[in-house]
Amino acid sequence: MNRSTIDLWVGIFVVIGIGAIVFLALRVGNLTSLQTSPSYHLEAAFDNIGGLKLRAPVKAAGVVVGRVEQVRFDPKTYQAAVTMKIDDGYQFSKDTIASILTSGLLGEVYIGLDAGGDTQMLADGGRITKTQSAVVLEKLIGQFLFDKAAAGGGK
Amino acid sequence: MPADAVAFLLRRVGRATQNSVSRLGFAARFFALVLYHSPAAFKRIGLTMREIYFSGVLSLVIIMVSGMFVGMVLGLQGYDALNKYGAGDSLGIFVGLSLVRELGPVVAGLLFASRAGSAVTAEIGLMKTTEQIDAMEMMAVDPLARIVAPRFWGGVVSMPLLAALFSVAGVFGAYVVGVRLIGVDNGTFWGNMRAGIDFWPDITNGIIKSVVFGTAVSLIAVFEGYVATPTAEGVSTATTRTVVGASLAILALDFILTVFMFRGV
Repeated sequence: MNRSTIDLWVGIFVVIGIGAIVFLALRVGNLTSLQTSPSYHLEAAFDNIGGLKLRAPVKAAGVVVGRVEQVRFDPKTYQAAVTMKIDDGYQFSKDTIASILTSGLLGEVYIGLDAGGDTQMLADGGRITKTQSAVVLEKLIGQFLFDKAAAGGGK
Repeated sequence: MPADAVAFLLRRVGRATQNSVSRLGFAARFFALVLYHSPAAFKRIGLTMREIYFSGVLSLVIIMVSGMFVGMVLGLQGYDALNKYGAGDSLGIFVGLSLVRELGPVVAGLLFASRAGSAVTAEIGLMKTTEQIDAMEMMAVDPLARIVAPRFWGGVVSMPLLAALFSVAGVFGAYVVGVRLIGVDNGTFWGNMRAGIDFWPDITNGIIKSVVFGTAVSLIAVFEGYVATPTAEGVSTATTRTVVGASLAILALDFILTVFMFRGV
């Protein structure tokens, strides 16, 4: 086989190979996560974060506006301190409520932000004071049983 | 008498250890020599092109067809298992992650070792048996630069591309089975896949894995061929050693790389 035929086939091979990597990047994977758009940090303390993980989404009205960057336990308040990275394009008022939610019964855990009415906005490093903890299913069931028992005893 | 038997056994263990250690040392020196002679492989790029053609282009069919079938089986089995928990919609992310992270590099690497690695070993071993390598040395042509380095780099370049093509073929196979045959929603399939798979770290780690496997398989293939006993039996043993050694190396390296890459995820 002569040189130019081999070159042609190798060229085709390399082009479709690189095409495959581009396909994986754009169609199968999510290339946009590679871009690091300018962002700022917000903090919030929760009594219980449930199954919240690092890099979990932060959503406002269902739209992803940021990611969870750090989760640690605060030994002074016995609360979980969560640091979120929010895209610069989105500003939130000072009385925003952060709650830990689950999409569906077994879905991923994320932080939902509900905007308040304050005209002042949270700055970089700002702290969300109004938080709502994760709903722990076992506690809920326990509460339900306890209430049932109490109601039954009252009769 | 028992003391003699013990000494005999110990001597055998000692000899086996010495042999494998010296072989390992020689392989490491060989690797360094191949790297040292690599500029020659790029200066005469035609030689390397030829090897990319033989180990890459000619492996395309088996890689693509295997990828397709692996993807189709993943689609069927994955849907079956996921649907038990009402998660049939997650088929896309399941198939995509298993292909991009593990099956693409590993299975493509195993196929590459058997399809291209064995051929390289047999070729170099036969050249040695028919004294072509000695003839080259007589003519002051360095066989490492002329024979070994182009074959090594041909494999290193081909492997990541083949692994990516394997993954794409697999995703396509899963799409055919999942969306066309079973009836998972088209948008859900691709949407879940894109939402669950990140370019970094999932796809980049898959590419790193395939580069490492390509290097390991190519090195084992050229090394086994180069040190093969120059007889018909020696070449056949060397070819077997390449396939066995390269497959084990791929699986062991995959475990080690996975521990480092995905432990925190």
